[in-house]
Amino acid sequence: MEILMAFLIGILFMTATYLMLSKSLLRIIIGTGLLSHGAHLLLLTMGGLKRGAAPLLGENAPSYADPLPQALILTAIVISFGVTAFFLVVAYRAYQELGTDNMERLRGKEGHE
Amino acid sequence: MNNLIILPILIPLITGVVLIFFTKNIIAQRWISAISGLLTIIASFMLANHVYRNGILTMDLSNWEAPYGITLVSDMFSALLVLTTSIIAFAALFYSFKSIGEARERFFYYPVVNFLVVGVNGAFTTGDIFNLFVFFEVMLMSSYVLIVLGGTKIQLRESIKYILVNVISSALFVIAVAYLYSVVGTLNMAHISVRLSEIGNAGIITVIAVLFLIVFGLKGAIFPLYFWLPGSYYAPPAPVMALFGALLTKVGVYSITRTYTLFFYHDVGYTHQLLQILSVMTIIAGVIGALAYTDIKKIIIYNIIVAVGVILFGVSVLTPESLTGSVFYLIHDMNIKATLFLLIGIIIVITGTSDLDKISGLINRYPALGWTFFIATAALAGIPPLSGFAGKLMVVRSGFETENYIGAFVVLMSSLLVLFSVMRIFIRGFWGTPRAYKNEDQAPVKWLLVAPAILTVFAVLYGFGTEAIYPVISTAAETLANPEIYINAVLKE
Repeated sequence: MEILMAFLIGILFMTATYLMLSKSLLRIIIGTGLLSHGAHLLLLTMGGLKRGAAPLLGENAPSYADPLPQALILTAIVISFGVTAFFLVVAYRAYQELGTDNMERLRGKEGHE
Repeated sequence: MNNLIILPILIPLITGVVLIFFTKNIIAQRWISAISGLLTIIASFMLANHVYRNGILTMDLSNWEAPYGITLVSDMFSALLVLTTSIIAFAALFYSFKSIGEARERFFYYPVVNFLVVGVNGAFTTGDIFNLFVFFEVMLMSSYVLIVLGGTKIQLRESIKYILVNVISSALFVIAVAYLYSVVGTLNMAHISVRLSEIGNAGIITVIAVLFLIVFGLKGAIFPLYFWLPGSYYAPPAPVMALFGALLTKVGVYSITRTYTLFFYHDVGYTHQLLQILSVMTIIAGVIGALAYTDIKKIIIYNIIVAVGVILFGVSVLTPESLTGSVFYLIHDMNIKATLFLLIGIIIVITGTSDLDKISGLINRYPALGWTFFIATAALAGIPPLSGFAGKLMVVRSGFETENYIGAFVVLMSSLLVLFSVMRIFIRGFWGTPRAYKNEDQAPVKWLLVAPAILTVFAVLYGFGTEAIYPVISTAAETLANPEIYINAVLKE
């Protein structure tokens, strides 16, 4: 199971890197989304994967899943959701104002309006 | 009395929420945020006082005891930074009243500034590594809004890059926490330190340490990772720039200091050597930038990078004296960067430009502005009686004592070049033939000068009162030098 997750996370990071290196702003944003998905899965996997056990810490529980990574990725997912939404809005406003979503054309000297 | 620790986070948070309902009423917004700013200063002053008298203050949220629940920890280091943050935030708010403009005030400027303070104070106070990530995100989200608020072309263009860089570094932060959690199985910073010392000298810990250095280095703008900073900080208006320059990078520096003194102090050979090399390179890169530009904003922005290098050099040397120097310099630098950005804001309001070639002779009409600027620049460079001197002296001296000659020499030379870079502003902008500028009659210079003048007075007092302040600062550095103090206070062993 861990091996499978490792491959999945690797593929997510790979795709994210590829997308973030492209010129189109929308692709870059999708790339950041995939990157954070990969990071969340990594966090879950690093906490240890268990099958058939509830995330409870009972006195006599024979086995239990660690609830902490789940709480952590829940927080991280909410944060990355918020940031992605904000990023999309900013990208749209930038597209309206600057007339392009090509990162090559978003360069320039800082002083120039 | 224990609840004192959460007040500097809670007051701005409640204020921010309340202010959202008053966006149409600008006068009410100003009053509410001014009062809450004052309350935050009082609360953080009481906190610092309490910590100084009674030792480290901790608070387990919902009474879940230390390794399990989320703990807030206020040692002297974090209490001092919280106090400085509150003062700077209040100064920037006060300055904003007349300079930020109604359009921004109507669109949630004050609530967002309050949320920024929540994030910064929270990051300084938290004792839980994942909670640090959460407060980082609160702070970054507010900074995204502040940098884009106003929606001019340059702001939109630069904010996209700023957001992108920080989203990637946040993902790296989650990855770093994941690796750390899999190694130690805890998130409480004191507990992590205990577990790491049990594990001892493993390669994986070095990997995690470097990963954390990358994450925090991106926020704190150390050598190879500072590329986003000059562009992004150039875009927003002066009070926002003051908040960013004084607070945001310093949170990264604080996190590096905290993790490198609390967790990763076992295998000093590799990680701290790396940190030292990077900090020296940071100073060099910053100085080159500060000398290369003739734009006032750029010069001061590159000076942020220089200061980050100086502080981290002190941290990497890792002797009690160098840590004291770093804490000294960190607080001085937060104060003086805010002052300089606010003063530059006034120059830009008067002249309408930040290009030095188009400015000259300001001191004839604005002597108060000129001399405040002069004192602030002298303090920045560390001219002896003023505030930058003591910290830098300690950093340099302990650098020489531990035979890190190159680094100490670079720090020493950097003060000279920093002085040169900012004196250029004074000589070219303030001296010379006076010119007429089209905005100068509407500029509320007297009002705007109040906040930076008070901060300059702090800088002077901080310098002259070095003897008086030294015990407080050395208490802070003592906790950094001996992690056991922090661990015992949190885990109550």
